[in-house]
Amino acid sequence: MTRNMPIRNCWSPAFCRFEYLEKDEEMIELVDVSKSFTLHNQGSAVIPVMTGASLRVSRGECVALTGASGAGKSTLMRVIYGNYLASAGTVTVGGLNVTLAEPRQILALRRETLGYVSQFLRVVPRVPTLEVVAEPLLALGHDRQMALDRAAGLLARLNIPQRLWALSPTTFSGGEQQRVNIARGFAHDYPALLLDEPTASLDARNRETVLELIEEAKCRGAAIVGIFHDSEARQRVSDRDIDVSQFAPGLAQ
Amino acid sequence: MTPLLQVEGIEKRYGARIGCAAVSFDLYPGEVMGIVGESGSGKSTLLNCLAGHLAPDAGKVVFDTRAEGPVDTVTMSEPERRMLSRTDWAFVHQHARDGLRMSVSAGANIGERLMAVGDRHYGSIRSRAIDWLDRVEIDESRVDDRPTSFSGGMQQRLQIARNLVTGPRLVFMDEPTGGLDVSVQARLLDLLRGLVREMGLSAIIVTHDLAVVRLLADRLMVMKDGRVVEAGLTDQVLDDPQHAYTQLLVSSVLQV
Ligand SMILES: Nc1ncnc2c1ncn2[C@@H]1O[C@H](COP(=O)(O)OP(=O)(O)OP(=O)(O)O)[C@@H](O)[C@H]1O
Ligand SMILES: Nc1ncnc2c1ncn2[C@@H]1O[C@H](COP(=O)(O)OP(=O)(O)OP(=O)(O)O)[C@@H](O)[C@H]1O
Ligand SMILES: [Mg+2]
Ligand SMILES: [Mg+2]
Repeated sequence: MTRNMPIRNCWSPAFCRFEYLEKDEEMIELVDVSKSFTLHNQGSAVIPVMTGASLRVSRGECVALTGASGAGKSTLMRVIYGNYLASAGTVTVGGLNVTLAEPRQILALRRETLGYVSQFLRVVPRVPTLEVVAEPLLALGHDRQMALDRAAGLLARLNIPQRLWALSPTTFSGGEQQRVNIARGFAHDYPALLLDEPTASLDARNRETVLELIEEAKCRGAAIVGIFHDSEARQRVSDRDIDVSQFAPGLAQ
Repeated sequence: MTPLLQVEGIEKRYGARIGCAAVSFDLYPGEVMGIVGESGSGKSTLLNCLAGHLAPDAGKVVFDTRAEGPVDTVTMSEPERRMLSRTDWAFVHQHARDGLRMSVSAGANIGERLMAVGDRHYGSIRSRAIDWLDRVEIDESRVDDRPTSFSGGMQQRLQIARNLVTGPRLVFMDEPTGGLDVSVQARLLDLLRGLVREMGLSAIIVTHDLAVVRLLADRLMVMKDGRVVEAGLTDQVLDDPQHAYTQLLVSSVLQV
């Protein structure tokens, strides 16, 4: 039997679609994950980044990864996304074993379940901003007008001036690109989200909007793994901090 | 789901020299796979074996046909294979002149393909040809011009229209953007990306350009000396390459 429990940090009940979540619903689970890089063309140097990393994130929960620069926060996130291969261990997201999955299964997971806001926007040249943001919804087969409306709503909330919506974001400023990236990452209500420094390079007003988006996502039951250098932001949205230095090779044994 | 294409142990030799060897993979409907590797690594040889242009010395190429389900195209009769290549497959050559008939008009280049699959109505053939010119961004007024009067990028777009007009399920492309200016390439890629998605095509794209695969391919196969050295999700292979050769390939381009 599953036990129900109230979700945490639900700041405004108006946004909450789930009053109770099933405690056993693990969205993201890492068991004994190791990652090292072998640089074959540099004398086969091996860079061990982590060993024995275990982590569970339930629905409605936000876990913040902490640790010094180079400790492996982004690496861990990329392993969860299937962008980096785990050297050992198991990563499961939304019931899919990412470590064993076929490319098409990972792509389906990324389309439906697992969103990722990376530090930098990577887009196809010539595609207008509004399309860039609506794309995750269009890829899921949503109605075009609905997708564009939702994209417009997010861009407006993130203070991207409407005159920019028809342009490709490739020429935007760093902060503008970051906000487009965030709008895109929040277009679909992903059940699981990875956020790599989503508030970096944003002013106070936009930072506030991003934190609200994160809080709303938690309230609708999203499991979130985030990296926040801004400790105030981290304290506000994180339920649990995980210092990835504890997974540093050499410390484990 | 049944794979659209199941490739098992394909090998092709040119005398004692290996063209490609021990290549196996499954391609599912709607998947786009990129093949990269240095010059002479066997990419074109493999593609031609898959598309029935070359007879492999060993291996199977099982295609999920509309009528009979999965059938090995290596052992099927030549007429059957030719029919498949008209109705279900498309092949986009690196040099547009290898895939076009240069002596007939643009409209005829497209119309011919429709006639080859049994379309006989002149009016509908012409209007579909014009519709396709439009989709590949060639002005309708050029419908009666010969491709010899087109620029390289236009010829390549015409070749794509000629290939896609019959609604194939699997498209083979050998360096579709090779030899074009960067800006022309970008436009062509944009077009290909849109068409692949809109039509739900499966595709196998051979290229040496990692930016092209990053943009178009869901998955990637890396070849060296005729063999597959690494395969996987495109962004994973490019961002976390495991094999020495792939690492060299990725590190030798500035940024993709
Ligand atoms: N693709 C890669 N190839 C080789 N080494 C890598 C790769 N990606 C990351 N690393 C190495 O892994 C280690 C951890 O890097 P990572 O980017 O995860 O750190 P981080 O904790 O996110 O740091 P920061 O706070 O500076 O963003 C570093 O030593 C880095 O050089
Ligand atoms: N008709 C042929 N006769 C003899 N050897 C051939 C023939 N075609 C290809 N080869 C050889 O087979 C190997 C693979 O060639 P292939 O054309 O498949 O390479 P590729 O990866 O497509 O290269 P490129 O990027 O230069 O087009 C090469 O060693 C090549 O010399
Ligand atoms: Mg980082
Ligand atoms: Mg070739």
